[in-house]
Amino acid sequence: MPLVEFRDVSYEVGGRRILSDVNFTVEAGETLVLLGRSGSGKTTALKITNGMLFPTRGEVRVEGKSTREWDPIRLKRRIGYVIQEVGLFPHFTVERNVGLVPTLEGWPAGDVEQRVVRLLGEMGLPPEEYRARYPRQLSGGQRQRVGVARALAADPPLLLFDEPFGALDPVTRVELQRQFLDLRRNLQKTSIFVTHDVREALRLGTRIGLLTRGRLEVAADPQEFRNARTEEALAFLGSLD
Amino acid sequence: MRADLVNNLLQLTGEHLVLVLSAMAAAMLIGVPLGILLTRRAGLQRWLLGFASVMQTIPSLALFGFLIPIPFIGGIGKRTVIIALVMYALLPILRNTFVGIASVDAAVRESAVAMGMTSGQMLRQVQLPLAAPTILAGIRVATVTTVGTATIAAAIGGGGLGVFIFRGVASVDSAQILAGAVPAALMALAADGGLGWVERKLSRA
Repeated sequence: MPLVEFRDVSYEVGGRRILSDVNFTVEAGETLVLLGRSGSGKTTALKITNGMLFPTRGEVRVEGKSTREWDPIRLKRRIGYVIQEVGLFPHFTVERNVGLVPTLEGWPAGDVEQRVVRLLGEMGLPPEEYRARYPRQLSGGQRQRVGVARALAADPPLLLFDEPFGALDPVTRVELQRQFLDLRRNLQKTSIFVTHDVREALRLGTRIGLLTRGRLEVAADPQEFRNARTEEALAFLGSLD
Repeated sequence: MRADLVNNLLQLTGEHLVLVLSAMAAAMLIGVPLGILLTRRAGLQRWLLGFASVMQTIPSLALFGFLIPIPFIGGIGKRTVIIALVMYALLPILRNTFVGIASVDAAVRESAVAMGMTSGQMLRQVQLPLAAPTILAGIRVATVTTVGTATIAAAIGGGGLGVFIFRGVASVDSAQILAGAVPAALMALAADGGLGWVERKLSRA
């Protein structure tokens, strides 16, 4: 059973089509990269996956169950989400930010703390130095690492990444991409990763889905994707040189 | 004679404080929840903010006058005064609660939803703490105005420091006017300073 399945998903808002008849599945352990320009419907696809939005037609199944049948809170807590502008709570310390979902889930305080310390370590942020800091006392890259740690905190089977590295300088971006690959190797996580950067897509994806004005044009592994010949695929691949 | 004046001053200052504190407590109890409601019911925004703004444009003496003949809430005395003061204090509290919550960074709100917070958890743990300095600024403005407006209470038998002022005006006695005005001004300054301090504490956290 695929972890995530989009079945003829369309999404409209105010008479405007954002997604049209999108079909794909994500199997456990995969990283599906949704590649597309701004406004192609990438972020909407993520929000439809964790039940922040619901398809106007078709359905999305997570672990075999339609997102409409899931308890909306349960579903969101089972899916880690790393959002575009990080969205750390400015009035929470790093420790409270990372421990958010486990705390909401009612883990004992000691377990939350242990988990936070371990995750910060894994993300390359020495806990004793960073746990008591506030988000404004961190660099962009560090904030993004905290965002990833927060998404991982309750050990969800699925992670959603919404252009998480878009605003970072190129060096930090490559560092975080490498860390993402390490995480995948070590934790065997499944993710859907949204980006407009074809280089990032080729580096991180086990499969790449190209979204063009709400339609899924190509869904292929990176090797096949390099040979894709649709107009939009050529436009993206052309930006490689 | 002097002891008499001091006693009188203490009593009227006490009355004034009671007027201000009861009006502010009621205004906060009404204004903050209504402000929260406004962030969730867009349709109400125009009506409630409009009503509160109109209240503020009515000259205070006229508002006291309008309230007197109304059954239950009207009449001569403290209750009418407090109701009028609440109506004045409502707008800044209501508006600042609404604005404070509405201006919480969209990315923060979105991530609270994405992490699976219930709307109650989001309100208590994210929106209210982040809006607290703005809400408090509204309470501070409302308190300072209320201290001043409450001096008019004496006109309809509500007591307070206005008694000195009205008596002084009637008998052209500047000393009496000052005996009412100076303590009222000091009270306003103290409220402004004290609440400002709390506000700074909150925004640093």
